[in-house]
Amino acid sequence: MTDVLAVQTKRRSRLRISKQLRTPLALTGGVIVAFWLLVAVFAPLIRPFDPLAQDFDRLQAPSAAHWFGTDQVGRDVLSRVISGAQVSIPLALMLVIFAMLIGSVLGAIAGYFGKALDETIMRIADLVFAFPTIILAMVIAASLGPSLTNAVIAMLIVSWPAYARVTRSLVLGARNAEYVVAGRLLGNGPFTSLSKDVLPNVVSPVVVLATLDVGTAILLLSGLSFLGLGAVPPTPDWGAMVSDGVQNFSSWWIAAFPGLAILTVVLAFNFLGDALRDALDPRSQEAVQGRAL
Amino acid sequence: MTLLSLDDVRVTYKLPGRGTLNAVDGVSFDLEPRQVLGLVGESGCGKSTLARAVCGLEPTSAGSISFNGQRIGKLGLRKRDPALMRIQMVFQNPFASLNPRRTIGSQIEDGLRVNPDRDAWNVAQLLEHVELDASSRDRYPHQFSGGQRQRIAIARAIAAGPELLIGDEPIASLDASLQARVAKLMRKLAVETGAALLFISHDLSVVRVIADDVAVMSAGKIVERGPVDRVWTNPQDAYTQRLLAAIPVVDGLGRLPG
Repeated sequence: MTDVLAVQTKRRSRLRISKQLRTPLALTGGVIVAFWLLVAVFAPLIRPFDPLAQDFDRLQAPSAAHWFGTDQVGRDVLSRVISGAQVSIPLALMLVIFAMLIGSVLGAIAGYFGKALDETIMRIADLVFAFPTIILAMVIAASLGPSLTNAVIAMLIVSWPAYARVTRSLVLGARNAEYVVAGRLLGNGPFTSLSKDVLPNVVSPVVVLATLDVGTAILLLSGLSFLGLGAVPPTPDWGAMVSDGVQNFSSWWIAAFPGLAILTVVLAFNFLGDALRDALDPRSQEAVQGRAL
Repeated sequence: MTLLSLDDVRVTYKLPGRGTLNAVDGVSFDLEPRQVLGLVGESGCGKSTLARAVCGLEPTSAGSISFNGQRIGKLGLRKRDPALMRIQMVFQNPFASLNPRRTIGSQIEDGLRVNPDRDAWNVAQLLEHVELDASSRDRYPHQFSGGQRQRIAIARAIAAGPELLIGDEPIASLDASLQARVAKLMRKLAVETGAALLFISHDLSVVRVIADDVAVMSAGKIVERGPVDRVWTNPQDAYTQRLLAAIPVVDGLGRLPG
């Protein structure tokens, strides 16, 4: 009978999460994200032309042959938008994963050990927070020289402190929980204690923050490319394509389609992150602080 | 030889501003191996602080605590001395004392790993000893009730093979019907494994059932200590007398204590 009970509670919790992820917004977000991931993976197969080939007449309006038209040097815009997914999405995901790893490890160390280590790490984080994100990223990217790698490094430098702050505050709350103290009494050293008892209980809010951040990362990356500090021509990057479009303002299709791509991806990741937050947050708060009596 | 010896232990907290608070104010007592000592007193009298100090979780400002002749210092961020792992604690809140993300079996194994006698127990035996189903080892803490969780916490502490088991108000957040049962279980396991038990509670009537000796604490000091029957029938100190008078009597007259 106890087994039946266990199965029931398991099934119920799975149902509850999926119900919260089954809202219209979450579904829309999920479908669009899945669509763009498929586009990124199968880009070489589905793009009609070579994104770098300047084979066509310049500045053609959208037509049956070129659905999204051609740009100022005669490249097919549809092929470039499809290839752009291969540039922006993997880089944004990688960036968010690395920022999360660096930020949460530093934040966890700051929160758990406290004192001088805490002060040092968090003051550096404050230093980064003191500048507007895009300006600081621009300065760093400009000083490193324009390339996608440098843009990602610059964004990594500006985006880890958010994760450090969130993780630190969660670790501060969790490190004096009785189960952590009980673990210490059983001989857990500080790193065992962190990895075994503290981090598993604070990880879900950080993951939610990361999901919400993917959209921002794509936007920031496109922004840097737009300003000429990211992708170097002729790399098909959405931000750089919007920038091309601005220089040929009468040919609206050059900027509009990559712009739409950015809009849909960012919006979709935000929907997904919101739904994930709604699904995970109450549970994780309860888990970190120990349920009230 | 004396198992645990406290000599004029003081724990002082700084209050906001200038003042200080002596949570524990010059406590001395000895605990012999296999002895069951009840420590009672009203909330805020320093019982829990004393227990935390014995575990090295609270720095003492004066006096000394020694366990098997070894002095207990502040645990801080170091790994705990294996000799001091013979002191284990069961906490007050059963909803906070188990890691919600790990199965209870793996948490009990944490205790077994530091037991010097490797083959003393296994998880299934321990679960059966605390009256739980051996098959529940793969379940998570949220699938258990408060009383069950407290018994799991006791199993984890016993798994480490303690010579001194401390219960820091382990029954305070349980239903009245469970309190005596869990308290008796703790005594039984401590006696079976040859551990001494320091049982902290504000409820003298429960302590009377399980303890050999009782120490009464008030405002950071121990005001009276003696065999539990003597303290119960013939309290010497005025505070103990008041504590006893506050226990409700079931005489059908509807009188309130006091």
